[in-house]
Amino acid sequence: MANWIPHWLHRLSSPPTFYRFAGKVRPWCFWLAVVTALVGLYGGLVMAPPDYQQGDVFRIIYIHVPSAWMSLFIYATMAVAAFIALVWRIKLAEVVIVQSAPLGAAFTFITLVTGSIWGEPTWGTWWTWGARLTSELVLLFLYLGVIGLYHAFEDRRQGARAAGFLAIIGAINLPIVHYSVQWWNTLHQGTTVRLFGPSTIDPRMLWPLLVMALATHLYWAASLLGRMRTDLVDLEGGKQWVRELPQVKGRASQ
Amino acid sequence: MDTARTAKDNRSFMMRTDLSNPTLPGESDPLLEGRDVTFRRGDETVFGPIDFALHAGEVMLVEGDNGSGKTTLLRLLAGLLHHQEGDILLHGAPLDRLYAAGEIILLGHHLGLKFDLSPLENLRVAEGLYGRRQGTEPVTVLAGIGLAGYEHEPVRRLSAGQKKRAALARLVLIPAAIWLLDEPYANLDREGISLVNRLVEQHIHRGGAALVTSHGAVTYLNGEPRRIRLSA
Amino acid sequence: MKPGTTRAACWAILRRDLTLAWRRRGDMALPVLYALIVATLFPFALGPDNALLARIAGGVVLVIVLLAMLLAFDALFRSDIEDGSLEQWLMAPQPLALLVGMKILAHWLTTALPLIIIGPVIASMLHLPTHPLHVLELALLLATPLLSLLGAVLVALTAGTRRSGMLLALMLLPLCVPVVIFAAGAVLAAQQGLPWIAPMAWLGAALALGIILAPLACAAALRITLDS
Repeated sequence: MANWIPHWLHRLSSPPTFYRFAGKVRPWCFWLAVVTALVGLYGGLVMAPPDYQQGDVFRIIYIHVPSAWMSLFIYATMAVAAFIALVWRIKLAEVVIVQSAPLGAAFTFITLVTGSIWGEPTWGTWWTWGARLTSELVLLFLYLGVIGLYHAFEDRRQGARAAGFLAIIGAINLPIVHYSVQWWNTLHQGTTVRLFGPSTIDPRMLWPLLVMALATHLYWAASLLGRMRTDLVDLEGGKQWVRELPQVKGRASQ
Repeated sequence: MDTARTAKDNRSFMMRTDLSNPTLPGESDPLLEGRDVTFRRGDETVFGPIDFALHAGEVMLVEGDNGSGKTTLLRLLAGLLHHQEGDILLHGAPLDRLYAAGEIILLGHHLGLKFDLSPLENLRVAEGLYGRRQGTEPVTVLAGIGLAGYEHEPVRRLSAGQKKRAALARLVLIPAAIWLLDEPYANLDREGISLVNRLVEQHIHRGGAALVTSHGAVTYLNGEPRRIRLSA
Repeated sequence: MKPGTTRAACWAILRRDLTLAWRRRGDMALPVLYALIVATLFPFALGPDNALLARIAGGVVLVIVLLAMLLAFDALFRSDIEDGSLEQWLMAPQPLALLVGMKILAHWLTTALPLIIIGPVIASMLHLPTHPLHVLELALLLATPLLSLLGAVLVALTAGTRRSGMLLALMLLPLCVPVVIFAAGAVLAAQQGLPWIAPMAWLGAALALGIILAPLACAAALRITLDS
C-alpha cells in the first residue's frame, strides 16, 4: 500500500476491523440523527416564520432540500468509492458502492416526490421538464442503473466493479444538477443557500435547514454502516472472523 | 488498472530478447516465472500457491483434474485475469499488461475465430494485430497446417478438427515468444495431434517456450516435459 | 502497409467488422425497417393532422433512431466475447482503446448510416419542412456517433450479464437524454425560425469529447467484463 495512507485507515479497510468499528459508531450516529432531526423539524415546522409568499407550504423545504443535498452527496461518495475500488481493488470500497446506491436512490426519490408536492400549489403543476428536475430524474435512473447492473452479475465483486464504473461515468451528471439553475432558465428557484458567501434566506429559516442537513448526514452514516456490516458478513460468510462473531457463535451452539 | 511501470521495468523492456534473431539464453534466465502464485475467487482458493519457471526452448505441462484451475492459470498469465497474490515475472520484471503485449499468446477453449470469416481472413486480422513472424505468410501457413484448399471457406463450414487447425495457424504466424495452450489436442485426430507436437517443437527450436494444459497424466509431447501440478 | 503496426491493426479491425456486417447484410436492414414501421404508427395514433405531425416530426425521428440503434447495440460485443476474439485484442501489442474505437466506427457505419439516410425520409413523411429537415440531417450526423460511443461503453459493461438487452436500455436511455434534448432542440429552433447553431455546437463539442474518452472508457469496461 502507498506510504501516504495513515496506518489507521489501512487497518480500517480490513473487514473484521471495520465491522467492529462500524458496530460501535453506528448507534451514536443513529440516535444523534434522531435528536438533530427532532430539533430541526421543530425549528422548521414550528419556530420558523411563514414565508411571505408561500405561507406554510414552504416548510416542505426541510425535507426536500436536505434530501436533495444527500442525493448528490451520496452519489459523489459512491463515485469516489468506485474509483478506489477500481484502482486499488479494496473490498470495502466495493461494499460502499453497492450499499450506497439504494440509499442514494431513496433520497433522490424523496427529493422528487417532495418537490412535486411542493410544486403543485406553488407552480401549479406536479412536474415540469426543466433542467434541474430532469437532471435529478436522470440521477435517479443512474442509481437504479447501478443497482441493476450490480445484480446482473454472478460474481459479486465483478458486479460491484462494473456498477462502480457506471457510477463514475454518471458522475458527469452531478455538476449538471447543481449548476442547472444557473445555466438554464428553469421554473426551479436559483441557489439561495451558499457555501461560500452570504445566503439569501432568512436566518430563522436557515438554521433548521442546516440542522436537518446534519441530521440526514448522520442518518446516512448510520444506515450505510449498518448495511455495510450486513453485507460484509454475507460476503465473508465462510471466513474465520465471521464464524467467531458472538451472534454466529451463539446460534451455532444452539 | 495497473500501477505505473518503474524505471527498472523500462530498462528490462529495452533489453528484451529479440525473437527475430533467436539466441538461446542460458538456463538461468527464465522467460516466465511464477513464485507463490495463488488465485482466489470469493472465498474459494482456485489454485496455489505454486512456483514455476519457464525457460526459452522449453515446454512445460500443466496437469490437474477438471476444475483444478488450469484454464484460470493460463488466463492469468495471459493478462486476462487480474493478478492477485504472488509474483509473476516476465523476463525478470513483474508481469505488466503493456509490457507483455504481443509476447504471450493464448489458445484457449474459445478458438478466437470469427465463424463468418474464412481462415485466411481470420489470419489477416491476427496479422494486422500482432504482425507476422519473419518469413511467414498467411497462405503458406494455412497450406503448411493442412488447410490448403479451405482458405476461403467460412470457418462455420469446417469440421471441428479443421477449425482447430485454423486456430493453430495463428500461433504459427504471429511472433509471440510464449505460447499458452489450453487443451490443444481437443478435437484433433492422430494426425492433428502430431501436427501440434510438430508445431510446438519448431517453436521451441526457435527459442520460444510453451505452457500446455492437458487432462490427466497422458501426454503426447515428445520427451519428458517439466510439469506443474495443480490441485483443487 | 507493414503488418503489426497500429495503422495496420486499425485497418484490419475496420475491414473485419465491415466484412462481418456485409456477410450478414440482412441484419443491417432490420433497424431501418423497425424505424419505418414505428414511424408509421404516429400518424395512425395521432390522426392525420399535418400541422401536429410537423411539430413533433424532429423529436419523433430522433427518438426512433435512438431506439433503433438500441436494438442493434446488444450484438456489439457479444459474438466477440463468445468466440474469444476479444481476448486476442487484449493480448495484442496495440492500445485496446484504438481497436475498440475502430469497432465502434464500423458499427456506426453499418447501423447508424442507414438510419441517417432514412431519418429525413421519415421526417418528410411526417411533413417536416425543408429547412428544419437539413438541420435534422446535421443533428443526426452529430448525435448518432455520440450515441454509438455512449452505447458502446455501456454495452461493454453489460456484455457479460444475462438479460443484458433490457438492462442496457434502462442504463442507456437516461444518459442519452441530453443528446436528445440538444438535437431535438436544434430542429425545433430551426422550425420556429430561431437560431439553431448553439445546441448543434454543444453536440459537436460533446462528440469531440466522446471520440477521445469513450474508447478509453470502453476498453476499461471490457477489461472489467473479461476479468472473471
